[in-house]
Amino acid sequence: MAVQPAMPRSWRRETKPHKFCPGCGHGIALRVLGQAIDQLNIQDRMVFGCDIGCSLLAWDFFNVDTVQTHHGRTTPVIVGLKRARPELVCVAYMGDGGGYAIGAQHLVSAAMRNDRITVILINNTQYAMTGGQMAPTTLPGQKTETSPYGRDPDMTGHPTQGPEMVATITPESAYVARGTISRPKQLHKMVTRALENQIAGRGFSFVEILATCPTNWRTNAKNTWKFIEETMPTHFKVGELKVPEAFQAAAGGEGARADG
Amino acid sequence: MSEKPITGEKRVFMTGNEVVAWAAVAAQAEIMYGYPITPQNEIMHYWTRLAPKFNKTFLQTEDELSAGFTTIGGVLAGKKTFTATAGPGTVLMQEPLAMAEMMRLPVVVVVMQRGGPSTATVIYSQQEVTLTTFGGNGEGFRIVYSTATHQDLFDYTIKAFNIAWKYRMPTFVLGDGYQAKMREPLTMYDPEERGVELVKPEPYVGLPGMPGEERPPGHYRNTYNTEEELNEVVNDHVKAYEQIQNELPEHDEFGTENADLVVVAHGVVARATKQAVEALRAEGLNIGYFRPITLRPMPDQALRAMADRTKKILVVESAQGQLARLLKESLYGKTVEIVPLFRPGVGVTPEEVMARSRELVA
Repeated sequence: MAVQPAMPRSWRRETKPHKFCPGCGHGIALRVLGQAIDQLNIQDRMVFGCDIGCSLLAWDFFNVDTVQTHHGRTTPVIVGLKRARPELVCVAYMGDGGGYAIGAQHLVSAAMRNDRITVILINNTQYAMTGGQMAPTTLPGQKTETSPYGRDPDMTGHPTQGPEMVATITPESAYVARGTISRPKQLHKMVTRALENQIAGRGFSFVEILATCPTNWRTNAKNTWKFIEETMPTHFKVGELKVPEAFQAAAGGEGARADG
Repeated sequence: MSEKPITGEKRVFMTGNEVVAWAAVAAQAEIMYGYPITPQNEIMHYWTRLAPKFNKTFLQTEDELSAGFTTIGGVLAGKKTFTATAGPGTVLMQEPLAMAEMMRLPVVVVVMQRGGPSTATVIYSQQEVTLTTFGGNGEGFRIVYSTATHQDLFDYTIKAFNIAWKYRMPTFVLGDGYQAKMREPLTMYDPEERGVELVKPEPYVGLPGMPGEERPPGHYRNTYNTEEELNEVVNDHVKAYEQIQNELPEHDEFGTENADLVVVAHGVVARATKQAVEALRAEGLNIGYFRPITLRPMPDQALRAMADRTKKILVVESAQGQLARLLKESLYGKTVEIVPLFRPGVGVTPEEVMARSRELVA
């Protein structure tokens, strides 16, 4: 029997195998989050909020108090909760449609207020749950169900640069990064920091995660990997955009960059 | 810091919005999340002034969607949390309220009705009855108290928190711009001193113990996979609401025994109809008064009994039949004649009610 990778303690075994499609990036993102929860020992004082879209499938994923909310509304639910119970570690988990389209005003406002929450946003360049429509993150020329001839940036704009936007509107105490499921070690560092920054009470913490969606991309394993490793990073630069000084001091200057 | 805000009985003269803020403090509400819209703004203004004195929380959100959803977050955290809105804000608020209905979350919402449809007026109407009672993509499993006086605003705001947390249903105090903005005297009091038990809130998340090991994790959702799964959940709501329909309806009435006419109105309009009916009765006319206080659930039994005792009903409202629609539902199968006096978006005077009533019993 093949050796199975260790399951994070915070995962709920009863609900595994999970409900995501084969090859979906959510599984790796949630494994990284689970490992960070274990490592920071916050399983018993954390609230996980998930959105509508594929992220809702995580509603029973963890042995963690979880609230599945409405499309785009996970941010305000988590903001309301965190302000009511600041001792809890509160995570809002959503897709690119939820964060950058229908819930954009909530993301912007929470970031502007520097709400002490952690937002983790999965960017797979389209609306996956509803069958592969164009999203704010769809690449120029990319074919989706609602851009069947390819996204025309002249008519529908360029892919949203989410972390860049959040980094622009947040104060220095915020943590902002873009990771990818293709580099779990780097992503682990980012997610851990995004949680630590909240635990320290410093500020808004945001990680966009580039993730695969072979089902809607209609790609085989090779092309899925090629798309996330080669194509997506040409539009979405992976790395940390905003790192509070405390992390930089702890890591000793340059080494603070989670460069994988 | 957080000593009792009110001790003993306190006679005051203030606006309805101020009354709501004081009542929320008296009810030991802890958090208000809100977004500015006239005519409810002063609820936030007074709450933010009272907040530091009594250790309360406030956040002015980016819109009413956020006000509703942060209120849900506060409730999930186990705090008595409320919001207030009006008009187009009540429209946006339906999304979080649908989630509250599905997950049976005790959010409290104060609605101060303004004109509609659309932006309309910032002043007054009774045009948010349909939205408040049956808004959202669901079954309208909510509790709605329609207030008429400032004393009502104080009493029913306190009650709304108790009922919401006891029955775990979204609960509304439905006022209007006239009530919000005018001043009148009332008696404020500490509910516990009067023997009114304040129902304690309970957290949904962040309970002691390791989830999945020492206790089950709280997994709250509003999404279901199959029709049957959803049907089971909604059927549970139906059962819970049957209990509410038995226990919560409230109304006020007089002179309805074998009346030639009963005037039905709710909210501030009921004050005009009450005055009109009292004057007409003093003239010797056999006219009765009926005011539903709960609009969800409607006082069906009392209404049906009243309908059996009267020849005609005059339904008066500052809307084009929103109360009348609820009334007809309650009176299904009764043959009593229902006559409308609809004045959408404007107030109703006792004189108008008297004139129409006289015509109907002439």
